[in-house]
Amino acid sequence: MEQFNYRLDYLRELESESIFIIREVAAQFENPVILFSGGKDSILVTHLARKAFYPAKIPFPLLHIDTGHNFEETLTYRDEMVSRLGVRLKIASVQELIDTGELTEENGFNATRNYLQTPVLLKAIEDGKYDVALGGARRDEEKARAKERFFSHRDEFGQWDPKNQRPELWNLFNGKKRPGEHFRVFPISNWTELDVWMYLAVEKIPLPSLYFSHTRSVFERDGMLLANHPAILRRESEVPFDEIIRFRTIGDITCTGAVRSPATSLDDIIEEVATSRTTERGGRADDKRAETAMEDRKKQGYF
Amino acid sequence: MNQEKAELLRFTTAGSVDDGKSTLIGRLLFDAKAIFEDQLEAIRLTSERRGGDEVDLSLLTDGLRAEREQGITIDVAYRYFSTPKRKFIIADTPGHIQYTRNMVTGASTANVALVLVDARHGVIEQTKRHAFLASLLQIPHLVVCINKMDLVDYKEDVYNNIKAEFEKFSFKLDVKDVHFIPISALKGDNIVDRSQNMPWFEGSTLLYYLENVHIGSDHNFIDARFPIQHVIRPNTDEFHDYRGYAGRVAGGIWKKGDQVTLLPSGFQSKISKIDSMDGELEEAYPPLSVTLLLEDDLDLSRGEMIVRENNQPNVDQDIELMICWFSEKPMQLNGKYTLFHTTREARCVIKEIRYKLNINTLHRDQEDLKIGMNDIGRISIRTTKPLFFDSYRKNRITGSVILIDEGTNATVAAGMII
Repeated sequence: MEQFNYRLDYLRELESESIFIIREVAAQFENPVILFSGGKDSILVTHLARKAFYPAKIPFPLLHIDTGHNFEETLTYRDEMVSRLGVRLKIASVQELIDTGELTEENGFNATRNYLQTPVLLKAIEDGKYDVALGGARRDEEKARAKERFFSHRDEFGQWDPKNQRPELWNLFNGKKRPGEHFRVFPISNWTELDVWMYLAVEKIPLPSLYFSHTRSVFERDGMLLANHPAILRRESEVPFDEIIRFRTIGDITCTGAVRSPATSLDDIIEEVATSRTTERGGRADDKRAETAMEDRKKQGYF
Repeated sequence: MNQEKAELLRFTTAGSVDDGKSTLIGRLLFDAKAIFEDQLEAIRLTSERRGGDEVDLSLLTDGLRAEREQGITIDVAYRYFSTPKRKFIIADTPGHIQYTRNMVTGASTANVALVLVDARHGVIEQTKRHAFLASLLQIPHLVVCINKMDLVDYKEDVYNNIKAEFEKFSFKLDVKDVHFIPISALKGDNIVDRSQNMPWFEGSTLLYYLENVHIGSDHNFIDARFPIQHVIRPNTDEFHDYRGYAGRVAGGIWKKGDQVTLLPSGFQSKISKIDSMDGELEEAYPPLSVTLLLEDDLDLSRGEMIVRENNQPNVDQDIELMICWFSEKPMQLNGKYTLFHTTREARCVIKEIRYKLNINTLHRDQEDLKIGMNDIGRISIRTTKPLFFDSYRKNRITGSVILIDEGTNATVAAGMII
């Protein structure tokens, strides 16, 4: 029964798997970049990358696709973290491409810049000559993502072809590519929302204040609570009010729904997530546009 | 909640549209409360739109547009649920198109395989195929779920006959641990709760089995193997001479002070430290990702392996494999392919195709040697440089390879070293 002692609890096993994937990226690619949104998943990926290369620094820059519609708290957190870890930060701005006329902005009440992230991301990858972008997508998030690989091959247009993915067996990940093609790699594919929160608590990783309960001016639309912010056009009937809320996911302001919550600590959040009856993306307006919204965006190059 | 101490169990489900696989997964997820209201609402709407009366739980696992339009599953889908005892990852593999490729992929990392048998039809060709692939991929535990017991009046003799039938052919297979459970995924018998309809069955429910099956020895803790994945050299003042060998332990238990042998050089050294960002570790064992430091100043690189002097892997360029072919373009005899093995990359040439295996009859065909998509065969290859390997039976990590087409870069085969 000696082997009884050599069992890993599942968070350590997930951690080991993710570290293996991140090191594999360093070994198989020339010019990787970590996609950093300021959300908990990209914070986790960055933390795991630190572990993968310790005591060396993370050998890749972070890339923030900036829609210009950010919560102030996200940017404060991002800049603080970047200086604490001593990593390079690249910012690709949606606003800039709108200003130069390369992108056209949606307008109206449901306008969002979320879809504009894809061309900006693809341009940033091209400009930076990145051959792989690491992202914090998880398979439990969404049904199209349940079929995603750790190493996701993209053609020269950044497109995902779900019918022609490379099978992934054992510990063997095929990152071979032709010039111009690139990869998206998802080291936390096998983590669930609850796993992420549990691990962040165990590791005592600091998080943006948006995830914790606070009072905010919000308004209701289609059963969702959205932040009262100049970036979102309100109808006259949509009257803002103060509410005690927190965010379960952090994305572009225009499509990130808040939840009423008294959770002020990680333990509170874990309790809340463990008993929640809706998924975290249930509050995301971008997934509600169509049944295959995520699949369609991924095919066009979304991460 | 005691989630932090819970273990991770990966299992694969094999079956076709009609044997209730999606219903079984839906039932497990639903009873483990891993299906959320917004997901249920979404599939309820889709079921309605398609004119179905009941909520179709298979819609939970069919994620892509083409799949939902055609009512089929194209690819391996991963599902997650947990109980206070364990976290589970389900690799849900479809039963038809590219069946073998998907099942082999899902099976490669699984601790447990669930094979579904329709109680009305008994052991059919597909059941044998599933069981064979589970044994070929060396999934340590096999559970035969005899489903739809409600449609055969929960009769014990139906269960006994199917069990006997299965055992009649499974003795030929290399499976160590087989379990049988009579269930009804639709009605919930013996999934999470014990069936009131089958008092004659004294075994455990499916969930109880999954929560308690001993997986502690599924890794190889005997033969020490550490493939070097990446070399860590910080080049900072604080860590000036630091040279760490990062990797994931593929076998054995490692301690500071262990005498080690390095491959391919054959040099000897000692482990001076097992490092991690959380501090020095006493021990490392599979499947931990760690960083090993050696006492001597040696210049090792990715693809080399740290082992023990008195327990070394095979070192050879001529290798015998069982292969599963994934590509529409058949395997080329004398063709050259890129090969990945642990963290080592080489090229290889297909020297000989020894036989093609009929996975329904297990007949070894030595006449028709064309290995096409989803075929399984035995081959011999020669690599451009020596590999450090064990038989797949001994170690799934150091005994497995993939082959890559040098033109398209596609992964065209999975190989298990004999």
